[in-house]
Amino acid sequence: MADTEKLVTFTVNDRKLAAPAGTLLIEACKTANVEVPSFCYYPNLSLQAACRMCLVEIEKMPKLQTACTVLVAEGMVVQTESEPVRKARKSALEFILTNHPLDCPVCDAGGECELQDMTFRYGAAESRFVEIKQHRDEQQWSPVVYFDRPRCILCYRCVRVCGEGMDVWALGVGNRGVSSVIIPNKQDHLECEECGMCIDICPVGALTSGAYRYKTRPWEMKHVANVCTFCGDGCKTTLGIRNDEIVRGDNRDKSGINGDFLCIKGRYGFDFTQHKDRLRQPLVRVDGVLKPVSWAFALQTVARRFQETQAAGRPIGVLGSTRTVNEENYQLQKFARRVLQTNHIDHHRTADFPALYDALAGKHSPVPLAASEDLKTAKAVFLIGSDPTNEHPLLAWNLRWGYRLNKTRLYLLNSQPIKLRRQAFRAAIVPAGSEGQAIRFLNGGGAVKATLSQTAGPDDKRWPQTPASRPEATQETLGDFRERLQKESDVIIVFGAELRGDDIHELVKFGSSLPGTTRYIALADNANSHGAADMGLYPDLLPGYTPVADVAARQRFESLWGGAIPSAPGMDAGDILGTAGKGELGALYVVGSNPFRHHPVDPAALRTTFVVVQDLFLTETAKQADVVLPALSAYEKQGTLTNTCGEVQLQKGGALFEGAKTDLEILHTLAGLLGHKWAAPDADEIFTEIRGNVKGYNVSLVQVLAGSSALSMSVNGPVPHQHALTQIQPNRDSLFTAGSLGRYSTALNAILEKRLRAEKV
Amino acid sequence: MSIFSPQLNTRFDELLKRYPVPRSAMVPMLLYAQDELGYLTPEAIREIAARLDESELAVHEVIGYYSMLRTKPAGRFHVQVCTNISCLLRGGEEIFEHCKQRLGVNNHGVTPDGLFSLEEVECIGACSWAPAVQVNYDFHENLTVAKLDQVLDKYRTGGVQ
Repeated sequence: MADTEKLVTFTVNDRKLAAPAGTLLIEACKTANVEVPSFCYYPNLSLQAACRMCLVEIEKMPKLQTACTVLVAEGMVVQTESEPVRKARKSALEFILTNHPLDCPVCDAGGECELQDMTFRYGAAESRFVEIKQHRDEQQWSPVVYFDRPRCILCYRCVRVCGEGMDVWALGVGNRGVSSVIIPNKQDHLECEECGMCIDICPVGALTSGAYRYKTRPWEMKHVANVCTFCGDGCKTTLGIRNDEIVRGDNRDKSGINGDFLCIKGRYGFDFTQHKDRLRQPLVRVDGVLKPVSWAFALQTVARRFQETQAAGRPIGVLGSTRTVNEENYQLQKFARRVLQTNHIDHHRTADFPALYDALAGKHSPVPLAASEDLKTAKAVFLIGSDPTNEHPLLAWNLRWGYRLNKTRLYLLNSQPIKLRRQAFRAAIVPAGSEGQAIRFLNGGGAVKATLSQTAGPDDKRWPQTPASRPEATQETLGDFRERLQKESDVIIVFGAELRGDDIHELVKFGSSLPGTTRYIALADNANSHGAADMGLYPDLLPGYTPVADVAARQRFESLWGGAIPSAPGMDAGDILGTAGKGELGALYVVGSNPFRHHPVDPAALRTTFVVVQDLFLTETAKQADVVLPALSAYEKQGTLTNTCGEVQLQKGGALFEGAKTDLEILHTLAGLLGHKWAAPDADEIFTEIRGNVKGYNVSLVQVLAGSSALSMSVNGPVPHQHALTQIQPNRDSLFTAGSLGRYSTALNAILEKRLRAEKV
Repeated sequence: MSIFSPQLNTRFDELLKRYPVPRSAMVPMLLYAQDELGYLTPEAIREIAARLDESELAVHEVIGYYSMLRTKPAGRFHVQVCTNISCLLRGGEEIFEHCKQRLGVNNHGVTPDGLFSLEEVECIGACSWAPAVQVNYDFHENLTVAKLDQVLDKYRTGGVQ
């Protein structure tokens, strides 16, 4: 909107100011540190001018004007603190407060309520309203959303963020005038994505969270920024921690890569940390039964059995985690290679990062990865596969943002008419499994069956967009899709697990043929999937995608780690589990992963395999273990995480959980018991080692420590590898599921149950 | 399958041609649907929303805004008594009170036989002939309590409409 080329000058409170033409007066004032209070104005949502709090005096204008709807103009003279303005604010507040219950002492918002703050600041503490206030009982709209009607000041922020921001349109305004009321889409309840954005954006306590309401006061918690432990997008969730326990999650300071956004998992999913089934004591199998033991006994048992397995010359397989921090993953592969002397190490792969980096080798420097925020301002985005609305809620939010505010042209290639088609400029629906073929077609080869629909683009005059799907206007061919796309420059290509191996090479070939700088985002499913790949949780790749067979590179790590590591690539996860299934695996060390859930291994075959599982819960895999070590969750430890785009962020922890240990501490203790003198488990020290030795991780420390993100630039050179593409197994999570971990979230389960009940009815 | 009559559906088709944006046709569609069905049933709301490519919530928002649109059945004869300033000065309130007693219902009530419903309304634009009452789409003006009784009796015996 703002034209940065042209500055206009104007005066506010006798101060000369300048702002780009097209800037809203309220924003220009904010930039100049002049406070203009408002309730209904919210940056990047449509304008409402409902609350009348932002009234200011503008010379030559007959009445006070709402600063949220006036654009700055050359020579404009504005007063924001004059007597008429002061009076108007006070009156606006008095008016807003007429039917407000002033139940601040029991209201969740008390202490962080915009209405409370403004009343303190701008007055109207005494009311002239003597009539009886109209009370309405609170309503539960969903397991996580409650509505207290009398507190509502009708700013319509919730309505707008739900519709414009989320493209859900589940909230509306009923009645008229003084009896106006926010209404949910299903008469007395909500049917929506349960993101809780309406609660976060509510300036008062009208919309409250089912997980948090009436539990505590904001000043009784410490607020610790953490990276959400669920999907791969890496949103910042600020955890409210009281007495070492997490009471709520939100994005109160909007400072993360997610800005305003947070989905249900980031906001409510934290409750798995206090699930009753959480492991608090190590377990060791005695006479076929897992029995609680001391940490010392459990760790000594593991060390002894690992030594015996090594001595017997039987293979040890290690499966790492896509949720543990980079430092733990780095140390885990060091532990496997250096201490256990094995390259049989892998993780649950959900994206083919090695193929992407290999394909990008030498194409562009630095490696052209796009950060999540780049999607907000991209001119064009080419999205292949995946369903970001469900699997990558933040990226979907950013894509909608780009469409809504920056006219991003979204090209969509998918086997399903996913919800983002509503923002698509061109959508191509191809048969499932032929996405790679379609990319080959774009490169000029072969034909592909495609049903194409042209959907209305950002120039559509029907703004604000309608909630239901747009009609398909014309039938086109994939050739036209290609023609359109080839005219775009500086495209961001986002692709799901539908593309892997050679398909990614084809994709990069196509991307490289486009004008400008094409940037890439590979979609991986878990909080640290990208990090796990970067840290070398591969049987053939060391940290930074260095082939273990590369002598010089291997020697560099050997000298860093003080000893030899095996040179031959090991078995991948599929082969490790296959070997276990044949009864030929000596030991299996599973850290924060649940491979047996989808790949059950016959317990009889495991009789001669020593299985150690390090996890939060007694998962399908842990149930078959010989030793179970209780681990701390991501919200209880420090370290760094790398999101699916490659953005490195700091995990601050903050919560405490008795009985469990961090994966890092467990690893270091085991290394010590196995005769390796590792330094104390200090995540900062290890991050320094990572920064110095893992390609692409020499990121700005200041940026990471300050709590923002730093984009890693992993490799720029070929990544020789031969990976079985079947090892890439996406979660296909919905908004309310999250692999094995989501099952332990009461909030997520409540939503799933509600939906199942609704389906039955 | 439409729940509306073929005639009404034709009318809807015509309406939709008149506006550049489909949702502009919502208010007239709702009014005509209400005339045909007596009130806006959930099925009617669902069908109109689908025809306009809008959510049901958006339709509910509009219905909530306009007091002449209703989601509950009214009587066969919907008696709307104006009590705004002109009618008030000329006895509108007595007319309204009398209606309540005669029909035995309160504001927004429906008689048990479903014949009458009563509603106190804002100005119906008949100030020159106040006090005035609107029954369905018919106006009855310069009323007195006695004249009102005659009007209601006519409806009751089927003399009108």
